[in-house]
Amino acid sequence: MKRRGLFFRKSTDAIIKLLSLVFVALALVVMFWILFTVCARGIEAFGWAFFVEPTKPYGIPDGGIANALLGTVFITLGAVVIGVPPGILGGIYLSEFARDNVFGNVIRFSANVMMGIPSIICGLFVYAMLVFTTGHFSGFAGSVALSVIMFPVILRTTEDMLRMVPDSLRESALAIGMPRWRATFSVICRAARSGLVTGVLLAIARVSGETAPLLFTALWSDDWPFKFFSQPTANLTVTINEYATNSPFQIMHTRAWGAALVITVIILLLNISCRIIFKNKEHTS
Amino acid sequence: MVNENGDKIKISVQNLNFFYGSHQALFDNNLDILENRVTAVIGPSGCGKSTHLRAFNRIFELYPEQRAEGSIILDNENILNRGVDILELRRKVGMIFQKPTPFPMSVFDNVAYGLKLHFNLNKAQTAERVEKALCGASLWDEVKDKLKKSGMALSGGQQQRLCIARAIAAEPEVLLMDEPTSAIDPVGTLKVENLIEELKAKFTIVIVTHNMQQAARISDHTAFFYEGRIIEYDRTEKIFTSPANQKTEEYVTGRFG
Repeated sequence: MKRRGLFFRKSTDAIIKLLSLVFVALALVVMFWILFTVCARGIEAFGWAFFVEPTKPYGIPDGGIANALLGTVFITLGAVVIGVPPGILGGIYLSEFARDNVFGNVIRFSANVMMGIPSIICGLFVYAMLVFTTGHFSGFAGSVALSVIMFPVILRTTEDMLRMVPDSLRESALAIGMPRWRATFSVICRAARSGLVTGVLLAIARVSGETAPLLFTALWSDDWPFKFFSQPTANLTVTINEYATNSPFQIMHTRAWGAALVITVIILLLNISCRIIFKNKEHTS
Repeated sequence: MVNENGDKIKISVQNLNFFYGSHQALFDNNLDILENRVTAVIGPSGCGKSTHLRAFNRIFELYPEQRAEGSIILDNENILNRGVDILELRRKVGMIFQKPTPFPMSVFDNVAYGLKLHFNLNKAQTAERVEKALCGASLWDEVKDKLKKSGMALSGGQQQRLCIARAIAAEPEVLLMDEPTSAIDPVGTLKVENLIEELKAKFTIVIVTHNMQQAARISDHTAFFYEGRIIEYDRTEKIFTSPANQKTEEYVTGRFG
């Protein structure tokens, strides 16, 4: 093949570089645009009442989002309690005991499939299992739906993080006469702990913005979320959905923006703390 | 057990065959390791030196596809038997690896952890034994002020001596060393070598090494491995000055490997 001229090659190079730069800039512009809009609109809603008052029924102008914020915290914590232990233990199983066997590969494949399931399907599934059968929506059902989404994420990140621990560490733990389970928990998991924490935080960040699964399970409420197991439970994302799409009142639209800002900040903080935790780990080991 | 010279045999390897899946790595090996001596295992890469060593504490069992056949008699017991208490075996047969592998915890805990596994000790006793082990590994003076610091913050050579301290804290009888100095600098190497010299009064040491000068410097006996077989095994000076086998001579004079 004949080689093209130097000018041609140099200009192609420059064009490709420019194009990729333009598209990166475009993506960044969109991101900052979203962040800016959410901030600008959301900040209007902020105030003392916004953070301490619960949501009020339609037509009542005052109120806040305190119950929804608390409800989101409860539902997410519930999802952590339900989803993290099996995720971590399953990840340990895959990494330490089922590296190459058929059963492990089946689980791995299933988890990948599970990660691809649209979250609304998880919501529908839990609706059929927990809401329809018991006859009431509940925050707990919301936790279950979110934990179903979290589980495969934590499973796979745990496995990946544990696999990054070198075999030499496993061998040296066993070589001083440590039983396998002990080596796994006190040495291998400890060596990978910042990775494990990061995986959990990322999974929380992933589900804390979910709306569809909660629409079918926790629903939404103007009450404080203290009847977590038996009543519809207030939460931020469904409140945003409700206020933004169903309400005719301007004040509710503003509050929806405010709630959107709150949730954005929460997710941003979660992501930033993941970064920091992971960075610190690189410095110490 | 004693050999024909009246030396006590600590480990007697008989017809050891080793497999990685369907690939055979060791062929009918026989080797008598003498008590309180340093035995060096030398040979070109991939000849089965490490494989041989890793059978002595059954660490290879971490990998399901690996298996050993034959017998390895340690104090009259075949350690390859199913019924052997593997945790006790690994207490008796400590191992030092090529790369230093401190646990992700403090210097003190690195040593104390192994102790707690095998002995029921109170706090004072633990502290005392940790100090003794660190002294035994010639590390105490360097780390006595940073016992609380992470073991991973030490230098490579210090980490390796920490691993030795961790191993000897369990009061083993045999120490297996798999190229213990190949990943650390010359000063660290010298310290580890001096340490090995001291340790052999208490322990039986088997060391795999790529470094022939090291084998000549520190070992009493040397086994030369080639393609999964033990070609020659004798006193170290004999191996290095007048080997019986031509392959051995070619290797120790640096003609291949």
